[in-house]
Amino acid sequence: MPDSLTLNKITAQRGMSISEATRRVADLGWTPSYVQEAMTFPTDYKIKKTPRDPMKQVLRSYFPMQEEKDNRVYGALDAALRGDMFRNVQPRWVEWMKLFLAIIPFPEISAARSMAMVGRLAPGEELRTGFAMQMVDEFRHSTIQMNLKKWYMENYIDPAGFDITEAAFGKCYASTIGRQFAEGFVTGDAITAANVYLTVVAETAFTNTLFVAMPSEAARNGDYALPTVFLSVQSDESRHVGNGHSLLMSLINDPDNHLLLERDLKYAFWQNHAIVDAAIGTFVEYGTTDRDKNKESYAELWHRWIYEDYYRTYMLPLEKYGIKIHHDDVAAAWDRIVKSNYVHLTAQFFSVGWPVNFWRIEAQTEKDFEWFEHKYPGWYAQFGNYWKWYEKLSHKGETNVLFNADTGYVYPHRCWSCMVPCLIRADFTYDTVEGKVYTYCSEQCRWTHKVAFAAEYEGRATPAMGRFSGRREWEECYHGWDLADAITDLGFVRPDGKTLVPQPHLHFDDSKMWTLDDVRGHTLGSPLTNFRALTPEQREAAAIEYRKGFTINPIH
Amino acid sequence: MSATQQPPEQKSGAAGSAQFSGSDSRKFNYFEPKGRKASHYEDMTVDVQPDPKRYLLQDWIISFADGTPTYDESWTKAQSSNWHQFRAVDQEWERTHYQRQSTIVGMITNVIENGRRAGAPKRFDKAWVKVLSDHLGAYKHAEFGLGTATMQAQRYGYTQMINNAILTNSSYKLRFSQDVTLYLGEIALDIEGIDLDAGKTHWLEDPIWQGTRHAIEAIMGASDFLEQYFATNIVFEPLVGELFRSGFIMQMAASQNDFMTPSVVSAAEGDYERNLANAVELFSMLALDQKFGEQNRKLFVSWMDKHGALAVQAAHQMQPIWSLPRVKVAQFADALELAKNRVRAIAAEIGFDARSTLDH
Ligand SMILES: [Fe+2]
Ligand SMILES: [Fe+2]
Ligand SMILES: [Zn+2]
Repeated sequence: MPDSLTLNKITAQRGMSISEATRRVADLGWTPSYVQEAMTFPTDYKIKKTPRDPMKQVLRSYFPMQEEKDNRVYGALDAALRGDMFRNVQPRWVEWMKLFLAIIPFPEISAARSMAMVGRLAPGEELRTGFAMQMVDEFRHSTIQMNLKKWYMENYIDPAGFDITEAAFGKCYASTIGRQFAEGFVTGDAITAANVYLTVVAETAFTNTLFVAMPSEAARNGDYALPTVFLSVQSDESRHVGNGHSLLMSLINDPDNHLLLERDLKYAFWQNHAIVDAAIGTFVEYGTTDRDKNKESYAELWHRWIYEDYYRTYMLPLEKYGIKIHHDDVAAAWDRIVKSNYVHLTAQFFSVGWPVNFWRIEAQTEKDFEWFEHKYPGWYAQFGNYWKWYEKLSHKGETNVLFNADTGYVYPHRCWSCMVPCLIRADFTYDTVEGKVYTYCSEQCRWTHKVAFAAEYEGRATPAMGRFSGRREWEECYHGWDLADAITDLGFVRPDGKTLVPQPHLHFDDSKMWTLDDVRGHTLGSPLTNFRALTPEQREAAAIEYRKGFTINPIH
Repeated sequence: MSATQQPPEQKSGAAGSAQFSGSDSRKFNYFEPKGRKASHYEDMTVDVQPDPKRYLLQDWIISFADGTPTYDESWTKAQSSNWHQFRAVDQEWERTHYQRQSTIVGMITNVIENGRRAGAPKRFDKAWVKVLSDHLGAYKHAEFGLGTATMQAQRYGYTQMINNAILTNSSYKLRFSQDVTLYLGEIALDIEGIDLDAGKTHWLEDPIWQGTRHAIEAIMGASDFLEQYFATNIVFEPLVGELFRSGFIMQMAASQNDFMTPSVVSAAEGDYERNLANAVELFSMLALDQKFGEQNRKLFVSWMDKHGALAVQAAHQMQPIWSLPRVKVAQFADALELAKNRVRAIAAEIGFDARSTLDH
């Protein structure tokens, strides 16, 4: 049948054009005259009320589009079960999902909350409508990820760790690192938080590693569910990136904003790097069993997405507005990944700390060693012995690797800023802020705490800027505790009241699984508490010693 | 390099392929379900927003400049012995939300398409067409105002359950304000002389609408998020929103030869039933609180006084609209009395006294 005779053409009636529809919808707002909106979330930025032109969409087309995406996701989950996905899934991979999926729903819903903050500041109602859709998207992301996690819990061989997920999120040292991300979206200066940190950096740059690198690796490990959910999540991000860019463009022409924008781009880029690369780098490189030498390593992915796509095509063009771009930080982040082994040191740290995790980490094996050495020349010399030690000490009855003095591992300080430990020893630094000593993984993180999160910046008052707070050094919470008591307090014990949720192996067999009795008798300590107790001279000497690093002892 | 480890003997990663401690622990076990078993909504929602009083070991780790943490109970004057007790009656999580919203926009789209195909808008009474463009056109801004007020409010609640209920409320209000906008734009394609800018002009300038605009701006401008949520659902919706939607549009339209508008507007009544159920659940929980119930009830009376006075004034200022249609089948006084009765019933359900606002 020729096109001209289709039913659609016969009955189609004239409708509103999409640009007319979005123009009408944008005209719903007005400037209040009886009661002013309270400026509840302050910012030190000046926002020009010049409407920009973000993506054109109205809720009438948005909701059916999203429902259709959902139908595909839930259809794929059903299909995965019918296809017996879990029979072939790699437990090494799914175990890391206990950590990843414990963290991510809270940053997602925080992004929804942050839309309240930018919604009020939005220059023009079209952009406010964009933020409203993003709010509902982020509600989608948070709950669709909770659903995925429940689905793993119901169908994966070892549900322990999924069953305590949100409680574990509140207590685990690793999930706190992710919480820094989420709280950063909603607390402090509204533009710093909800525009620069969330959208201009996290969503624009780092969701690619989160929501594209992770799914590829999941699929290589027999997990077809995570790609379905996360690629669907990622498909919403281009709208968010567009929203964020529109708001950025309404700030950037005012030279008064440049100083703050430079501060926030620096802070946000470095902290996103420190947090996301630590976590996602570890999941992708150490959570996989696929050692195909033709696939891209995390470093290669980073170069493509962060360096080429983000730095070169998004950040550099900002220079033409007169913004100073922190080229040296981008280079430093790249060096941390390829020269200083940032990801490998993080994976090592996570595995050293296995008794206080709520997921299992198995040892890396010969096949893994070859791949790492191929992708990261020199890896074996630095990490080979460590993973052999880890395997040896994974057997019940050994002294756990965290407290085993034979390995030569030195437990690290924690960074007060990004909350990842100070793993690149040579970069360790410390400083005094409001009379107290703090430790940092890097100069950039020291600057973030002391200089950026403060009441003034380069002589300019910044009354809206947030502050770091809380018990940011996790170890301090259990300073002086017996390891077994700490694990009990964390709630990382299985329903029998003695077997640990975390295990340093993938044996699904009670006779091989560690219990509280296997880890009792070791006392946890806070490196920062001890560091603060030193005299200034002793402290400097300790720092010099720390920067020298450590060597893992040979294993026979 | 030498081989260091045999691969584990386990072959399948599927549930049930091995028995060991914890291998059958397949339920989220960190919260108390409201019913005998946790609902899917609870599993998706509870404890995602953490709390130092529950599991947040390291406390909130960023604060505002004055030391206020990321979430703070002082963001409303209402107090609770346990904010985590609240569950949304409509049990929404993303999937149910998109399904419902999508069904509504599908229904509205069909009504408009079929109605236009049948030439229905051309048969609307002429005086009624002007009522729609001037006054339904003005009213859509009130809906938008409630949508932006609740979008703001969803940042502040102390639990995920409270904030998500306010978030879906915002989504419903914003959708409906757009539904009406697009509906008017589409019937304008079929009817000569509809002025699509008239609604906003009436909203900003017509004395009939200034009370309503004042009431809406008072909700948008309130800095207590629960006051915003209360004023939206317990005060404005029944006294002004339903009064206009049900007491005027739905009652009058058929007699003006208009069978389309009631279908479009009825969606808002369905939305409100759900938002109201959620709000009543939350405010009655607070009114019944062992420790803070008394002061919460006083607080609700003060919110009712403040926003109720504005809403009653708004309602009275709308009265002339009832005499605009050529065929008059509904009386303002009857509609207002129904609206007041509705508020009395809602207040009774929550457990506070609304008489000081309504009975004079
Ligand atoms: Fe998201
Ligand atoms: Fe997003
Ligand atoms: Zn750091």
